[in-house]
Amino acid sequence: MINIQFFEKSLQENSKTQSMISVQKLNVFYGKFRALTDINMEIQEKKITAIIGPSGCGKSTLLRSFNRMNDLTPNARIEGRIYLQGEDIYGNGIDVVDIRRRIGMVFQRPNPFPKSIYDNVAYGPRLYGVTRREDLDAIVEKSLVQAALWDEVKDKLGQSGMSISGGQQQRLCIARALAVQPEVILMDEPASALDPISTLRIEELMHDLAKDYTIIIVTHNMQQAARVSDFTAMMMIDEARSGQLIEYNQTNTIFTRPQDKRTEDYVTGRFG
Amino acid sequence: MSEFGLLIEVGMHRRKARRKATNALMLGLTVLLTVLALIPLFWIIGYVILRGGKAINLDFFIKMPTPMGVSGGGVLSAIEGTLVITLLATLFAVPPGLLAAFYSSRYPNSILGTILRFSTDVLSGVPSIVIGLFGYALIVKPQGHYSALAGSIALAILMLPTIIRTTEEMLRLVPSNLREGSLALGAPEWKTSLNVLLPAAMDGVITGILLAIARAAGETAPLLFTALGNERFEIGSIVSSGVANHQGFLAILDRIFDQPIDSLPLTLWKYAQQPYPERVEQSWAVALVLMVLVLATNILARVWIEIRKKKVRG
Repeated sequence: MINIQFFEKSLQENSKTQSMISVQKLNVFYGKFRALTDINMEIQEKKITAIIGPSGCGKSTLLRSFNRMNDLTPNARIEGRIYLQGEDIYGNGIDVVDIRRRIGMVFQRPNPFPKSIYDNVAYGPRLYGVTRREDLDAIVEKSLVQAALWDEVKDKLGQSGMSISGGQQQRLCIARALAVQPEVILMDEPASALDPISTLRIEELMHDLAKDYTIIIVTHNMQQAARVSDFTAMMMIDEARSGQLIEYNQTNTIFTRPQDKRTEDYVTGRFG
Repeated sequence: MSEFGLLIEVGMHRRKARRKATNALMLGLTVLLTVLALIPLFWIIGYVILRGGKAINLDFFIKMPTPMGVSGGGVLSAIEGTLVITLLATLFAVPPGLLAAFYSSRYPNSILGTILRFSTDVLSGVPSIVIGLFGYALIVKPQGHYSALAGSIALAILMLPTIIRTTEEMLRLVPSNLREGSLALGAPEWKTSLNVLLPAAMDGVITGILLAIARAAGETAPLLFTALGNERFEIGSIVSSGVANHQGFLAILDRIFDQPIDSLPLTLWKYAQQPYPERVEQSWAVALVLMVLVLATNILARVWIEIRKKKVRG
């Protein structure tokens, strides 16, 4: 605990960038089970933050509390605060739709809707009332360009989103998330269902996107975290099987000079 | 070779002949039983075509029934009646069926969801004649007369369990991450259901609806107490007399739905009991038409699904 507070301070002092998301004493419960215990972290704007840790340590639970996807799980309940640019996302009078527009999400398995490529990307903008064809065309093109998919699909926008390859589908899902102009993009193991080449393309894409977006990625793959992220959060379960943040720092520090023995064991592959 | 290797080897050779014989026997048995199971199916189809084919001609489709004992005539009233009553029943059954299925697939463990699933099972086991009686008590008795409306409602009740069950199964097969993908974009639940879940489950939903239609179109019992049968039912004459009397569209629709109506299964049942050989012949022909109608519905469903599959999967 002391370590974390120490690093939080040093993070705040070292970084000039503004904190995009601030997590304060976050606890998540599923019924009586406490899935996350006292998570505190500051997520920096326009940086890539990786959340790593062994299976079942609550990485996805933490990620899903950022866009309130845990609301959908029956019996899920949170304590503590999460601020998005100073605004309490679980506060009264906060519109969950607004939160989900500002914080997009990409899932583990590509999940294009059973619609055309065009309609997949236009789905979000249409939800928010964009109906003019020219506007939609422009948003679709821009989002697909941003997701590095435009050149591959520009001649088949009318084809089903499920007809393209898995890697392309995942980039389509990224384009779909970008289309509603989010500020933060959550990625839940976005490349774990993809082949190495598609994985590389997604990682390059993340790197490009970090110029404009704050990215938080959950990954099982430590090399991936080391390759793509600026900051890394190491999570682990305690004796009560509840997830805790045991170390959070700049990625190269986590991988070269970890402060916690458990982090060291994990990143050097001694367990996990 | 290890110490048991020889033992296994010898045993395997000794058993080889027996193993092959058993295999041949069991294979033969499964083929035989499969053929046996197919015999009734083709027998029925073949027999109905053979007996019914004789009475089929153009008049059969475009002429109204003749009075008892008078030869010739057709079953236009029954064909039109079946179409009207099935269409109306589908309109009644599909919206509540789909909505119920959405609810119970979304909240399977809620009290309402559990009750719904249980009552759907019960409803699908209720004899169809009881549903006919229910329609009689619910609509015919208060209204004081038999009607297409009462018949359609009885058939709609009959269709509900099939529609709810298949739709629910299909919705459950839709990967949950599709739903989450839509919700994560900020879509409300109802838009997610309508724009993502329903299209994803469409193939199965359509199949379920068509199966329900096929079953309802062939039902006799629920119609006995509700639609009654009406050999003089003809949409053309209702419409033309309505137009002649300057009735509005709704008034004409009302006249179609508010009177007793004929249907193919009812006609089959009625004709088969009559002492005139020509009528019995015609009842076989009705059976043939009914069978082809149901078969065509099924084929239509399959073709439609294949086309859609190609479109979606690319």
